[in-house]
Amino acid sequence: MNSIRINKKKYTVNVDSEMPLLWFLRDHVGLTGTKYGCGVAQCGACVVHLDGEAVRSCVTKMKRAIGKEVITIEGLSEHGDHPLQLAWKDVDVPQCGYCHAGQIMSAAVLLRERLDPTDQDIDDAMTGNICRCGTYSRIRKAIHHAAELQKQKG
Amino acid sequence: MELYKEKRPLGKIRFTVTLSVIALFIIGFVSAFSDETNYAANEEIYATVKKDSIKSVEAFKKVYAVLQSPRCVNCHPSGDIPLQGDDSRLHAMFPKRGVDGKGILTMKCTNCHQTENTAGLKTPPGSPEWHLPSATMKMVFQGRSAHELAKQLVDLKQNGNKDLKALIAHADDGLVKWGWTPGEGRTLPPISHAEFKEAWITWLTTGAYAPTQQGLDGSNLKN
Ligand code: FES
Ligand code: FES
Repeated sequence: MNSIRINKKKYTVNVDSEMPLLWFLRDHVGLTGTKYGCGVAQCGACVVHLDGEAVRSCVTKMKRAIGKEVITIEGLSEHGDHPLQLAWKDVDVPQCGYCHAGQIMSAAVLLRERLDPTDQDIDDAMTGNICRCGTYSRIRKAIHHAAELQKQKG
Repeated sequence: MELYKEKRPLGKIRFTVTLSVIALFIIGFVSAFSDETNYAANEEIYATVKKDSIKSVEAFKKVYAVLQSPRCVNCHPSGDIPLQGDDSRLHAMFPKRGVDGKGILTMKCTNCHQTENTAGLKTPPGSPEWHLPSATMKMVFQGRSAHELAKQLVDLKQNGNKDLKALIAHADDGLVKWGWTPGEGRTLPPISHAEFKEAWITWLTTGAYAPTQQGLDGSNLKN
């Protein structure tokens, strides 16, 4: 009953139900791709998909996540070849890299909802993901590029 | 001659003032229910209505003070971005309302706001069903005068089709009540929820009278 599916694998949850999902992912499951930035839903470094929504795992408690499907950056694609991951490499987006698991997980929801996102769509969707290194223009470029790759892939 | 000259304008002023006071009475005590079929839709409840313009306008003073507090205004903005803080500034990150009032794309309200307040200062507040009014029923409080808001609150086309019964029940809505348990660092509305509920029901059941455009100063109604 106290189970959760993370990246298509089932886990039994035997931690305090008040524990943030981020803690569970990083400390209990060992998925450290998702990052801790602020802990108060202000930066977007910790974004994962919870039943397909781009939630902030630092403020999402286990009691909300139990029974649900979680996808982290590690599970976004089987071989690291999601159009966004390919585009991120092509455009060479990251500077320090710390924010990008969250950036990509947010962008993945955007690309699912908007096959050909406009700059306005990108502004609207990515506004909650902060990059201290200021890679915003490359993020925009890579999202447009990923949209193209997604189209080619069909 | 001089005295006579002075007297005439004074007489004119008196006449104008008298007319204005009469006009204020008429404007001030117009029931906010523009169409009384709103009441009639619920005969049972309508039977409890005892029109009393003075009591109604007095009760609305309290209601208005609550609805203009940041705890209420912040989620009833005039634009499509919610407000935050006791100074009702635009919400950080500029999340958008969306068609259903629940945000858009990656910026859905509940991606950060949980079913309860997150502990600590400057953390996301929360409550089940956290959302803004929808794009088709914005129910704006921000910037509304007491007169405008009173009219709006009982207008089925602007209040989410709430009749008198639904309006009364709305005092106990989960998001409304959240206003009194808003989490650390957020000031409470000016009166308690019980006082608000009493004023709200009094206002509605005494005829839901809208105060004058001039504001809430009851004295200009009594003179
Ligand atoms: S760590 Fe969750 S939003 Fe910053
Ligand atoms: S690349 Fe350094 S924070 Fe975004």
